Amino acid sequence: MFKPKHAVLAAVLCSALVAQAADPVKVGIALDISGPFAAAGAEARDGFDLAIETLGGKLGGQPAEFLKTDFAGNPEQANQLVTRYLQRDKIDFFTGPIASNSALAVGPALFAAKVPFISSNPGPSQFAGKQCNPFFFGQYQNDTYDEAAGKFANEKGYKNMVIIAPNYPAGKDHLNGFKRIYSGALKDEIYTKVGQIDYAAEIAQIRAAKPDAVFFFLPGGMGINFIKQYIGGGLKEIPLVAPGFSADQDVIQAVGEPMLGLYNTAHWTHDLPLPANAAFVSAFRKKYDGRYPTVYAAMAYDAIMAMDAAVRDVGGKLDDRAAVAKALAKPSFKSVRGEFSYGANNNPVQNYYLRVVEKDAEGKLTNKLVGTVMEKHQDAYVGECAL
Amino acid sequence: MDAIFIFEQLLNGLGYGLMLFLLAAGLTLVFGIMDTMNLAHGSLYMAGAYIAAKVHESSGSFLGAVLVAIVATILIAALIEWLVVRRLYSRDHLAQVLATFGVILIADDLVKAIWGPSPIMAPTPAALTGPVQLLAELPYPAYRLVLLGVGLAVALGLYLLVNHTRMGMLVRAGASNRSMAEFMGVRVGRVFSFVFALGAALAALAGALMGPIGAVQIGMGEAILIPALVVIVIGGIGSVRGAFVAALLVGLVDTAGRAFLPPMLRAVLPPSLAADLGPALAGIAMYVLMAAVLTLKPAGLFPARA
Repeated sequence: MFKPKHAVLAAVLCSALVAQAADPVKVGIALDISGPFAAAGAEARDGFDLAIETLGGKLGGQPAEFLKTDFAGNPEQANQLVTRYLQRDKIDFFTGPIASNSALAVGPALFAAKVPFISSNPGPSQFAGKQCNPFFFGQYQNDTYDEAAGKFANEKGYKNMVIIAPNYPAGKDHLNGFKRIYSGALKDEIYTKVGQIDYAAEIAQIRAAKPDAVFFFLPGGMGINFIKQYIGGGLKEIPLVAPGFSADQDVIQAVGEPMLGLYNTAHWTHDLPLPANAAFVSAFRKKYDGRYPTVYAAMAYDAIMAMDAAVRDVGGKLDDRAAVAKALAKPSFKSVRGEFSYGANNNPVQNYYLRVVEKDAEGKLTNKLVGTVMEKHQDAYVGECAL
Repeated sequence: MDAIFIFEQLLNGLGYGLMLFLLAAGLTLVFGIMDTMNLAHGSLYMAGAYIAAKVHESSGSFLGAVLVAIVATILIAALIEWLVVRRLYSRDHLAQVLATFGVILIADDLVKAIWGPSPIMAPTPAALTGPVQLLAELPYPAYRLVLLGVGLAVALGLYLLVNHTRMGMLVRAGASNRSMAEFMGVRVGRVFSFVFALGAALAALAGALMGPIGAVQIGMGEAILIPALVVIVIGGIGSVRGAFVAALLVGLVDTAGRAFLPPMLRAVLPPSLAADLGPALAGIAMYVLMAAVLTLKPAGLFPARA
């Protein structure tokens, strides 16, 4: 039975709910915590969680909601998740995927909806070049890691090298990045199967080629397999050079001692002497049982911090998507990697560092900063971008 | 490409093949005798690798770690058999594949809950870390030589067990005609349990031995399950002899494809084409082998049910 009293009560309740909701900032995070990139994805999740905790669950002082769903490293599943985030949850920001193929799969839908995609990891060459977009923001462009490694190889005076990567698009990108800068001769360019377990055949080829050094891009488990078998095969004397992903804390932990002395390049390291970075690393180690963060965790942390700064810079007016994108393109937060700026293609212009695997004061194996390889380096694709 | 390089690659192929054999032997017996497709076999391999790595790390004894891993994995297999697989013997293959695939997913998540999502360290036993000077020009990893030895010993042991013991006779009887064996008074249920435990032990052994030269991580069982399935299809389902021959064939073809094909293509084709074609062909070499064998002998090389 309808009574006026009820209607009044309902109206009061409704208005109270509306006032309370005040539209939180919605962030869609696609987690990669199962499937082929589970280890890296778990690192990224820890970085996200730490940033959210540090900010007290708010972005730019506004209440925020962080939606986290695992998509198992599967581009098709990532696409479905993004559709749900866009249509049902009406997200304001997106971040999360670890691998370039997933980033490439979800990009178009996000760009069409004008939702900023702050990549927490990959910087596929496509999004830096012809398919660049004002709503994509990378942490680094894939090739740049290998360009830095190529420069390091030149400085070391390596004249003959063998380079090796899995036979898939990102593998070719990474070797192309290396070849772009490396000026010595290539004894061999080996492509392996994706997910390969046994590397004895390739290691025998390397032994027969007798190079000065070997450059390898083999992320995750493939890198672990390769390094173990490489050392067991008695090739310890031939130095390995790698982009940071093949020698980050996750790999170091699984391989152990044989990693000692391995040089690798990255745009961030946990011992970069910067206040923002020191605060991040100590908070991370406190929260996660003394574990050192990886690049994946650091960049996930930065991605949330970038959103925080952008919300503040536009004064919380997230409806003006162009203004949000403009604010993101001029990062005003203190990044854990130090100062950087975005190039015309929304990929960073930043420093790249040389790291080497050593033991820290507690005897734990970890990467140590050696020096700067490239200053204010920009990717090679910016010319192809029409922005 | 000199003789030593070819010899080394032959050894590599043999080693890889023997590891595949350890996994495939259990798989083919379970499939051949119980007519049950057990995809969770890969999870047993993973369990063996994780347990061995953890026990080795805390106790310092590699041999002890391998033994503990085998015993623990047999117990896990018994649990899986009792909870899931036993209910599937009479169902069709689709139900078996679905259910045991579910076991894989659960096993992966369990491992993640216990040991975390990151790959863990599986150290090589200290005495075997370095290379051994096999020939003047050929240093070969000591650990891989041990793998070769163990693989051959297990193959010989299985051969004797299957062909020269009473239990082996029952196993063969069950594999070639299950209902006839039952009519003749063989307690097939007991043979089933034995075979399932044997398969688990072999998978655990393979996992424990592969740990020090491979990544011990979630999903490692699924990655090696595919070549193992190729092996049992080529060898003829249910035949241990077939699994042995096929495993060595797959190991050799796969290794040869990766080692010799790219340089040979580069010698005859333009460099850019060879660079694209070489890795692609090497990647599918073992599947080409499977297709060729199945064209000539649709039931595999040594079918158990003639």
